[in-house]
Amino acid sequence: MSKQQTVYLPLDSVAVSLGANDVARVLEEDGFTVVRTGSRGMHWLEPLLEVDRGGERVGFGPLTLENTEGILACLRGGNYDHPAYVGPIADIPFFARQDRQVFERCGVINPVDVTDYEAHGGLAGLRKALDMDPKDVCAEVFASGLRGRGGAGFPAGIKWHTVADAEADHKYIVVNADEGDSGTFADRMIMEGDPLLLIEGMAIAGIATGAAKGYIYLRSEYPIAAEVLQHAIAAARAFGITGSDVLGSGKSFNVELFMGAGAYICGEETSLLNSLEGKRGEVRAKPPIPALEGLFGKPTLVHNVISLCSVPKILEKGAQFYADLGMGKSTGTMPFQIAGNVKQGGLFEAPFGMTIRELVEELSGGTRTGRPIRAVQIGGPLGAYLPNEMLDLKLDYETLASHGAGVGHGGMVVFDDTVNLLAQARYAFEFCAEESCGKCTPCRIGSVRGVEAIDKLASGQDPEGQKELIADLCEVMVDGSLCAMGGMTPIPVESAMKHFPEDFNIHPAKS
Amino acid sequence: MLRDTLQQYVGQTGGLLQGLLAVQSERGFLPPNIESLAADVFNVSRAEVKGVIGFYADLTMEPPKKVTVRVCEAEACQAVGSRALKADLEKGLAYSGADVAIEPVFCLGLCSVGPAVQVNDKLVGRAELTNVGRHVVDAMEQAK
Repeated sequence: MSKQQTVYLPLDSVAVSLGANDVARVLEEDGFTVVRTGSRGMHWLEPLLEVDRGGERVGFGPLTLENTEGILACLRGGNYDHPAYVGPIADIPFFARQDRQVFERCGVINPVDVTDYEAHGGLAGLRKALDMDPKDVCAEVFASGLRGRGGAGFPAGIKWHTVADAEADHKYIVVNADEGDSGTFADRMIMEGDPLLLIEGMAIAGIATGAAKGYIYLRSEYPIAAEVLQHAIAAARAFGITGSDVLGSGKSFNVELFMGAGAYICGEETSLLNSLEGKRGEVRAKPPIPALEGLFGKPTLVHNVISLCSVPKILEKGAQFYADLGMGKSTGTMPFQIAGNVKQGGLFEAPFGMTIRELVEELSGGTRTGRPIRAVQIGGPLGAYLPNEMLDLKLDYETLASHGAGVGHGGMVVFDDTVNLLAQARYAFEFCAEESCGKCTPCRIGSVRGVEAIDKLASGQDPEGQKELIADLCEVMVDGSLCAMGGMTPIPVESAMKHFPEDFNIHPAKS
Repeated sequence: MLRDTLQQYVGQTGGLLQGLLAVQSERGFLPPNIESLAADVFNVSRAEVKGVIGFYADLTMEPPKKVTVRVCEAEACQAVGSRALKADLEKGLAYSGADVAIEPVFCLGLCSVGPAVQVNDKLVGRAELTNVGRHVVDAMEQAK
């Protein structure tokens, strides 16, 4: 071979779980220069190999140990005639219809190379923020209408102002990277594919609110993200994005990675703060709110990964640019994640306002099993189960809320017509019982009673009485729980009972 | 030795939890004297140490099996048959008599390519008996 050809292959967990590391070894042994990137989010094509063809990136996928040699032979001969050739990435319909604001570099650049990051538009937001008055940075975020992407959808700007206005000797930025909801992987993908964006967002937040220290609380189930983040944090420090003189501004901001230990509840912000202090991850009562009394009792800006990753673009292009995306009070873009029983799953970033059906049927090709879609659970384990008839709902905070559902973290889990919603409702209680921190009674005991009631219902022991009991339990959990774990577990249960009553229609057993 | 590992985390943010995790990752489990030792090193009560160990799924006082297979039991993987896969794996491995533990995990972030499984440190997407079995055999070989 005359010269070493450069190829791009994801290091993303999805690609690795489908054999990307084995393929990378073959490529390197064959003399190719392999740049490991994030994933483009078209997970049915992973591992997706990309090369530069006349200035645009084209791909082959999915790669297997069986077809890799054949593809390499094509590449050496400058020939693209291969069954796995997918053409220019930008032309694939699933990709072409997106508006990538947060994920624009994911899958394109080397995730831990600051020069590559900057060459693709990175650091423009932080530079702009450093030239502004910190108050104006908070105002810009407020004006953009950005709402927290973790699930609650709280206006980010209000939090920023609260922390900025608080008087304290220490303040903190804490990134909630405890992405435990099934069906969501946007945080993982951006941390593996463009971690410097998160660090840039944290630095902007630190400078705007007067916090000099930032922590990334990462769940232990994401070992690849942990490794990439470690490298990115070191690269950011070496370049001066963080440290005692942020990009020569004289301002100080440092970032540290903190690993969780396998507790779903630590995705709840006050539980996360206790865990970060090294304690049991039990929920704290609010008030006080973390923005005033958070980590070690100091003002703390706790944000989801995607919320902070949305910030650099807001600073770079201005609040108005961001506010013009989306619809109504749901501004900007959202990385939707299409998962479960789906033919072409992955991550699709778009402004709010698309319908669920467009994503799960049109763009993702329906179920992997080829059977009809019966239910979609939207927004994680605490999200509603929606029936096929409701899939034409628009994806924005208000529309879903008015139908008893929520966007959550943007995850959609698709089920075909073999799903039994009684089993799923039981699982919702079971999961709550397993993961409850135990601090408040409705969540700790209500969830266990819920499992029992559903089991009795299923076996026909006074089915109508059990349904009443479940409704009663749900009411107590909603009204009496300290946090969203107990307070929202009734959402999957009650939506399943409401939209799929036939699965709960059990005849009384003969005694 | 154990004390030295813990000592490194004294005064650090979340030091007790991080110290326990460091011991866990060094040895694969927390030894029986961990409670009194960590209480002494971090100047907290034994009850507090015990409370932290009991709270987090990753911390365990049981020595691990040679190979641990974690099967995702969350919704996205349920939608593509993780319950049946786990039952099949349990049956198959019980039959083989191998030193393997099968444990639940709640989401590995591979929700678009489920069922998701982790065999020791290897992630397996679109898991089925054959590819999980292959990884178990590899892991057994490595553990020798």
